[in-house]
Amino acid sequence: MSLRAAYALLERELLRFFRQPNRIVGAIGQPVIFWVLLGAAFKGSFKAPGVEETYGQFFLPGVAVMITLFTAIFSTISVIEDRREGFLQGVLVAPVGRSSLVLGKILGGTVLAVLQATLFLLLAPTVGIGLSATALLGAVGVLGLIAFGLTGLGFSIAWRMDSTQGFHAIMSVFLLPLWLLSGSVFPASGAHPALAFVLRLNPLSYGVAALRHALGMGGATPGPLVCLAVSLLFALAMFGLAMRLAARPAKGDLQ
Amino acid sequence: MIETDALVHAYGDRRALDGVTFEVRPREIFGLLGPNGGGKTTLFRILSTLLKPSGGRARVLGHDTVAEAAAVRRGIGVVFQSPSLDRKLTAFENLYYQAQIHGFTFRETKARAREMLARVGLAERAGDVVEKLSGGMRRRVELAKGMLHRPKLLLLDEPSTGLDPGGRRDLWTYLASVRDADGVTSLVTTHLMEEAERCDRVLILDRGRVVALGAPAELVAQVGGDVLTLDARDPEALAAEVRQRMGLDASVVEGRVRIEQPSGHELIPKLVQAFPGRIDAVRLGRPTLEDVFIRKTGHRFWSEEEGGGGGR
Repeated sequence: MSLRAAYALLERELLRFFRQPNRIVGAIGQPVIFWVLLGAAFKGSFKAPGVEETYGQFFLPGVAVMITLFTAIFSTISVIEDRREGFLQGVLVAPVGRSSLVLGKILGGTVLAVLQATLFLLLAPTVGIGLSATALLGAVGVLGLIAFGLTGLGFSIAWRMDSTQGFHAIMSVFLLPLWLLSGSVFPASGAHPALAFVLRLNPLSYGVAALRHALGMGGATPGPLVCLAVSLLFALAMFGLAMRLAARPAKGDLQ
Repeated sequence: MIETDALVHAYGDRRALDGVTFEVRPREIFGLLGPNGGGKTTLFRILSTLLKPSGGRARVLGHDTVAEAAAVRRGIGVVFQSPSLDRKLTAFENLYYQAQIHGFTFRETKARAREMLARVGLAERAGDVVEKLSGGMRRRVELAKGMLHRPKLLLLDEPSTGLDPGGRRDLWTYLASVRDADGVTSLVTTHLMEEAERCDRVLILDRGRVVALGAPAELVAQVGGDVLTLDARDPEALAAEVRQRMGLDASVVEGRVRIEQPSGHELIPKLVQAFPGRIDAVRLGRPTLEDVFIRKTGHRFWSEEEGGGGGR
């Protein structure tokens, strides 16, 4: 693996991102609208056992994770575009392993996701969640783990796809439900036992819980160490999956 | 620089390459000529390590393209038929990242990217986003990208696609200049006869097989003399009679009678007198690589219009 090549690809991701301002709006705008609207809508009615927060407070980490997910999705859709536009073939005939490509792409998506989700978290004081420097640092670390895992997952899905439409379909039926059922939108404590069980199987639930721990919010189970460990495992597993898939030639490698 | 041994590649039942053996020598511009679908692009992909052959072997710069793909990639520069530039980045940034991927140091990178842009005459457009460059300029950036890491061997797939005549001329001048100044060998695929005629040596590929291999002038000399083409309502009958009555080797290619003959001009009045009213038009031409192709395959080269896509 060439770290310099990976870094070059990462830098390119960032440059591309900032050159397309509509991507910033897409990844951060929709979640913020959700947060404001749903926060206002459930202001009076939100109640769950063991949760003492307003919906605006409860939903905050979930929205940060949503931003992370959206950024990961947008970054990995570019794998499909790179393939279609031919940029990928130029990388594939370069004397660097495909692992450099995977690492550059995933790190690029991760940096962008963390950047945007952190910007959003700066809004926490507006709903009465105090932010200390340590809380923010911890949150950035957790977001980094979540983002790395989700970008790895997105990369693995995107690698063999030849159309962005296909990716959107997967996003609707798989990635969004993954987020909906992660304790981002509603807490496990008040849900139907079957749903609560699904929440416990979802690795992303542990990421959301870890973020709640980092922000000093209550109502998160299990404990911080378990949450961190599961998130780390998920991130590594997704990275491994992406590496494995990319190592094998795909029919779309050729234009 | 390149040696292949009985290369075979099959897509399902169709053999895109069917036992291709040839050699490219150092410091030559080697043309790979053939109709679209003839196997050029498949061969190109095998040589650029993107495709594993189903059979046979290829060695590029002394390395096996499958077992030692990384070593091959270090030594080759590749210019694809389809674009490989990031359109959201500037010309300079495209080269900059390419240099980084190839392991240049940061300082080297910038200098090298600038140098290459200047060489393809785009120094002033370095800061323009690729989207905004014309088709011809983009091809030049592609070329600069392929040459960036000073490869000893350039592989170019239909490099003149999208270039205007001036751009084509520049491209060939450039290939000749790096051959002469830096000893760079080029392998160029093309479906254009005029281009193939500018190569030092040409391999003609049809339906996955080698049809002819040699310097363009040598190949053309094999055809000998002139080529006469006759338009007639019933070409088969006319060809048969020409063979019978005049003892000439007349054949029918794609609905026209074709005769190869030294001093073809002397034959024209004889033919017209011998077959009054049966010949609609006569064309006298010097043989070209197309005639070499027709002679070896018995059919015409695809017309250029049909070749637009070239996806395979």
